Amino acid sequence: MPTLETTFAGIKCLNPFWLASAPPTNCGEQIMRAFDAGWGGAVWKTIGAPVRNVSSRYSAMDLNGQKMVGFNNIELISDRPTELNLREIAEVKRRYPKHVVIASLMVESNREAWHDIVKRAEDAGADGLELNFGCPHGMSERGMGSAVGQVPEYCAQITSWVKEAARTPVIVKLTPNISDIRMPARAAKKGGADAVSAINTINSITGIDLDTLEPRPKVDGKSSHGGYCGPAVKPIALNMVQQVMSDPEVGLPLSGIGGIGTWQDAAEFILLGAGNVQVCTAAMHYGYRIVEDMKDGLLSWMKRKGYETIDDFRGLSLPRVTEWKHLNLNYNVVARIHESKCIGCQLCYTACWDGAHQCIHLDRAEATQDVNTSPQQIAAAAPKSITVTPIPKLDMSGLGETGPYATPLARIPRVDEHHCVGCNLCSLVCPVPGCITMEQVPNDLPMETWAGKTAAGYVPEGITGPKDLF
Amino acid sequence: MSGMTNSHGRFQAQSPGSPEIAARFPDLHPAFDPTAAVVEANRCLYCFDAPCAQACPTHIDVPKFIKKIASDNLEGSARTILEANILGASCSRACPVEVLCEGACVLHRYNKQPIEIAKLQRFAMDTLYASGTPHPFTPGADAGKSVALIGGGPASLACAAELRRHGIRAQIYDARPLPGGLNTYGIAEYKLPLAESLREIDMLTQLGVEFHFNSWIDAEGLAKLEAENDAVFLGMGLGAIHKLGIAGEEKSGVTNALDFIAGYKSGSIDSVPPKVAVIGAGNTAIDAANAAVRLGATEVHMIYRRGPEQMSAFAFEYEHAKQEGVRFLWHVAPKGLVGEDLVEAMELMRLVPSEDGSLVPRPEEDFTLDLDLVILAIGQSTHTEFLKGGSVKLERGRVVIDRATGQTTNAKYFAGGDCANGGREVVDAVADGKRAGVGIAAWLAEKKEA
Repeated sequence: MPTLETTFAGIKCLNPFWLASAPPTNCGEQIMRAFDAGWGGAVWKTIGAPVRNVSSRYSAMDLNGQKMVGFNNIELISDRPTELNLREIAEVKRRYPKHVVIASLMVESNREAWHDIVKRAEDAGADGLELNFGCPHGMSERGMGSAVGQVPEYCAQITSWVKEAARTPVIVKLTPNISDIRMPARAAKKGGADAVSAINTINSITGIDLDTLEPRPKVDGKSSHGGYCGPAVKPIALNMVQQVMSDPEVGLPLSGIGGIGTWQDAAEFILLGAGNVQVCTAAMHYGYRIVEDMKDGLLSWMKRKGYETIDDFRGLSLPRVTEWKHLNLNYNVVARIHESKCIGCQLCYTACWDGAHQCIHLDRAEATQDVNTSPQQIAAAAPKSITVTPIPKLDMSGLGETGPYATPLARIPRVDEHHCVGCNLCSLVCPVPGCITMEQVPNDLPMETWAGKTAAGYVPEGITGPKDLF
Repeated sequence: MSGMTNSHGRFQAQSPGSPEIAARFPDLHPAFDPTAAVVEANRCLYCFDAPCAQACPTHIDVPKFIKKIASDNLEGSARTILEANILGASCSRACPVEVLCEGACVLHRYNKQPIEIAKLQRFAMDTLYASGTPHPFTPGADAGKSVALIGGGPASLACAAELRRHGIRAQIYDARPLPGGLNTYGIAEYKLPLAESLREIDMLTQLGVEFHFNSWIDAEGLAKLEAENDAVFLGMGLGAIHKLGIAGEEKSGVTNALDFIAGYKSGSIDSVPPKVAVIGAGNTAIDAANAAVRLGATEVHMIYRRGPEQMSAFAFEYEHAKQEGVRFLWHVAPKGLVGEDLVEAMELMRLVPSEDGSLVPRPEEDFTLDLDLVILAIGQSTHTEFLKGGSVKLERGRVVIDRATGQTTNAKYFAGGDCANGGREVVDAVADGKRAGVGIAAWLAEKKEA
């Protein structure tokens, strides 16, 4: 039976699911309920510098009826007294000794202030420390948060001050609001960090009220850029996690953060090298209870795949990410439409014509292939046809019976495989699972890469793709 | 030819509807609220060259108006519907969408749950009409032409709207006191209330359509209209319901489905006696039978000389009638009516289909059904006596037209709706009327140039 128990940066965890430093970890009462729900650890909402918050703090981006695809906040770090937070950390650790409590810290950029907060957090019983060098709003205007994370020298400096005092593992939380996330990651390593966590939130304006013209969230008629997170940021986070984990100059464990809400998301972060994951938006959306399926689903997947521990699959996808120039130019796939699954929406057709390479056609019911009729011509002709309401027993007998499939043949698009470049777009817009698959077209050509070709003296001159070689 | 002109009438205010009827005929398909509409709109896949739009006789761009609901562009949504179908509101209620747009939805092959297109269309149209904003279309610049339209039903209304958008004067002549024809008087109240039909026509009058009510056009009247106008549109629909041709048919207690439906919709009928029989098995017969149930009958039979496989009603209508409690007597035909002045019973004979499909009576199985009201719904005759001058060609009583333009064999005459197609749906009449409106405008423009 596989286990979710794991060790991150020397910290033993019941499972890899931690709540990220955020409103769900604001106080001891919340965190104890979260542990009861099954979370393995919690990074306490950042403590340190005194703050005052504004009213109206969050906003979201909804998409086609799905709420909170992206989420944004302008809330600052904990606005509770530091002493109260520390007392509650001690109480939580006393009552939940096997669960992980990490103290997230942020104070002014001076050595004594950091030494002091590190000592107090560890005295309270924190299992580790996370340095918040990522908060992109408010705190950065006071020289903290992402103002530190964006300058590798500050990042290294403060990390080293913390390490002078720390007895527990030190995790540096990285900001994505930077052109190359490897730079602050390397700086953290240089400063002596034991691990990094990534990503913090991304600078954002989620939207504007089209009645009042106020951006959201609204504070007395104005707004401020906030920190973006939630499902929409996952691809950005995965990319940054891969960059950090593939960088030989970093070489630190990483706690993965960014849009994680399901066990699949967690598995993906771990496959790119994350040692565990942190979750916030999904818990804010649906509550702590979501961890049950995250654990259950991940365990089932591990069982299916034959992995006993998190480490068994951690980083397995990393070698599969490479620079573009090392990709095989002679690998060739084409779209294949499985007629029996096609429902005839023709989204692939219009997408291929307007968004890709004009190689899907609507000529299956024609006597000859027609690759010239455009979507615009079809759309213009459609309203001119004469249609009547079918009268039962009179006109309805032949309805839909125009081919061997459930969908009339004329509605099922045809892929011109010779001109298909294998871009995937049709398979991405197709609403039916497994209806359009991308199939490899075998050839006798050896693997060839851009790097290899140019190294061998090849000078590019207008070659557009593998098809031109045939 | 008599009647009043009412170009800006508040027809809905003249609706004779009663709260009693409204209570007995609530919406069969209740309206969406805004949240439900957006959730449903978001399910639409936005098909290319969408089968739903192809299946619609008026070719409403369904995905386009649905996406506009999703994006909260409700005015644009209603405009998209009206652009294709000027009676988009009543069609959203009256259309047999199971065999039209919703029947064609690709989601039948996906998760078996087609988009509720009719309810979305009604939502967009209701929102527009409730907003109080003017009709999104305006009349075209005066073209100095005039067209007389015979009949005030959906075909003429659609044709008139198209003519007005081309700046052509459109005068509708109708025998009834209110406009809309069967849209107003002939559709089951739980689908399209009479007042809703009138509300839609009130909107349409903003285009400057003129009405002459209580105007019965005979051959002489037609000749006059032809002389006074640049073209004539024939949209008079069909005629009276056929008689049974059996003894006792003149008795009190025998009516026909069209009069019965128009009667309860306009308030002159508010109840029925306990035992009712409807003769026929088409969609109109079912509307009449369901209405009889809702108006208080305790026993409603539908009587049809063939079996359920041959009935001309849509399958979903048959299912609905069964749910309403209507009983069916298959392979049975009326033979005679019993009673003094008032009908008391019907003599019925059993018919057995033979090898060659003909129906063979079984006299030994004759029986009698007690009843208080007989409603005939065995098809309509044509109404073409006033055309007998040979002005336009008829075939089996139907006006022959060029399908694309609505033009008859007489260039000055155009036609559409039931009188040309033999009796189909409201949406078919709207499509006919729209094509004819465009056809008339093109023909008049062509004549001007020549």
